[in-house]
Amino acid sequence: MVNTGKKFMAGLAGLIICCLLMMNCYAMESYPEEIEIDVLAELYEGVVFDHGLHVMMTEGCAVCHHHTTGTPVVDSYCAKCHTNEEPMATVSCKDCHSSEPVTAGSVRGKDTVLFHDDKPDLKAAYHLSCLGCHQDMGAPVGCQDCHARTEAGDAFFHSGQFAPTGSTGSSGH
Amino acid sequence: MSKITRRKFLAGSMAGGAAIAMAPTKKAFGANLEGFPDGMGVLVDMTRCVGCRSCEAACNKEQNLPEPNKSFDDFSVFDEIKHGEKRRPTEKAYTVVNRYEPEGSEPVYRKIQCNHCNEPACLTSCFVNAYTKTPEGAVIYNDKVCVGCRNCMIACPFSIPAYSYSSAINPIIKKCIFCYDTRLKNGQTPACVEACPQQVMVFGKRKELIKIAHDRIRRSPGKYVDQVYGEKEVGGTGWLYLSGVPFQQAGFNVSLPSEPIINNVKDFLAIVPMVLAIWPALFTGFHLLATKGKSHGHGDDHSHDGQEEH
Repeated sequence: MVNTGKKFMAGLAGLIICCLLMMNCYAMESYPEEIEIDVLAELYEGVVFDHGLHVMMTEGCAVCHHHTTGTPVVDSYCAKCHTNEEPMATVSCKDCHSSEPVTAGSVRGKDTVLFHDDKPDLKAAYHLSCLGCHQDMGAPVGCQDCHARTEAGDAFFHSGQFAPTGSTGSSGH
Repeated sequence: MSKITRRKFLAGSMAGGAAIAMAPTKKAFGANLEGFPDGMGVLVDMTRCVGCRSCEAACNKEQNLPEPNKSFDDFSVFDEIKHGEKRRPTEKAYTVVNRYEPEGSEPVYRKIQCNHCNEPACLTSCFVNAYTKTPEGAVIYNDKVCVGCRNCMIACPFSIPAYSYSSAINPIIKKCIFCYDTRLKNGQTPACVEACPQQVMVFGKRKELIKIAHDRIRRSPGKYVDQVYGEKEVGGTGWLYLSGVPFQQAGFNVSLPSEPIINNVKDFLAIVPMVLAIWPALFTGFHLLATKGKSHGHGDDHSHDGQEEH
């Protein structure tokens, strides 16, 4: 009973906030409520990203999406060029941020669009954007607060079942 | 197996002396050389580091290092103090991350490893020539040649080379080799750089990294200290650092000269081969001239000695 009541209240609150936002924000006709980010999952499981929740909590799309959704950019550096923006065909992070690790050559070489150099790769784009904001907002910042570690991850970090045993640790080498 | 006779040894040392005597001209030419033109490096942007220690774990795996004392997700290591200092690289960890707490600022994390100097002091200090600066930019070493003298540990301005104290029979130097054998040789990104979730590090040609570093400083006024650590220090290092707080507050040695360490002793060392190569011949000549035609004098001396003995 308590559970259903809670769910109902949460749903109602969500609905009200959504209605408010729809009145305020012109560029949010349709967006996914939930996104599973798992292209890079290896040491950690993919992240089930509550996109809807973050839409509600942030001031505008540009906080994460720069100018691609059509809202004015937040970053003053980007704002020098991007003034009157139209929504773009591609808006998701992975459309622009490469899943390949960035090197100095790729940072400065490939991208022909001036000032779009030194662009973080996809893993960094996620972490810099998410973690940076989480730190500022006092949201969870631990690695496993967002994504659970896999067995491969445990082995990589020598943690969990692969944790160093005190005796071998001190006298092993 | 040919035995080295005294004659061979002397001939060898004469040849060596002659070779060293030619060296000063070469060194003078190399004084203004800024490392290998296509040498690779890594730009470390400390404003991005959150101290997750993924780089340490990646290094451990890549270099097949022994099991760590603590898990890589154990952040109590940041509080460890040994001999009054924070953690440093060891035989079991070629890179470590330390936390600093500058006043009025969020904690700053600094990853340390070999900085792969353009003119490495470790290399110049090594008398068995174990070290090599490769054209790719790595400072590597031949552990089969290393005799474990630890000169390089004293020479290194960044206190990087570690010693395998645990080995009673054959203790040698251990340090970061820029993943040379497994990655750098093939143009691949080092393991620590690849593992970083925040892209704190960018791998690439040192020349380009310096441009990127200055671009970042220019683009985000107030975010960075206007200095790229490693651009000029000790003649330039392959690994470069950007910081949001003054470098000394993040544990950097800011008193290093911009000249390579070898320059401190270059003038003196240039005299050594001259002394070794010229003095013996010169004074032998003096001796021969001074004693010319005095062969019967020796006879007198001997007779004199003989008389004394009796």
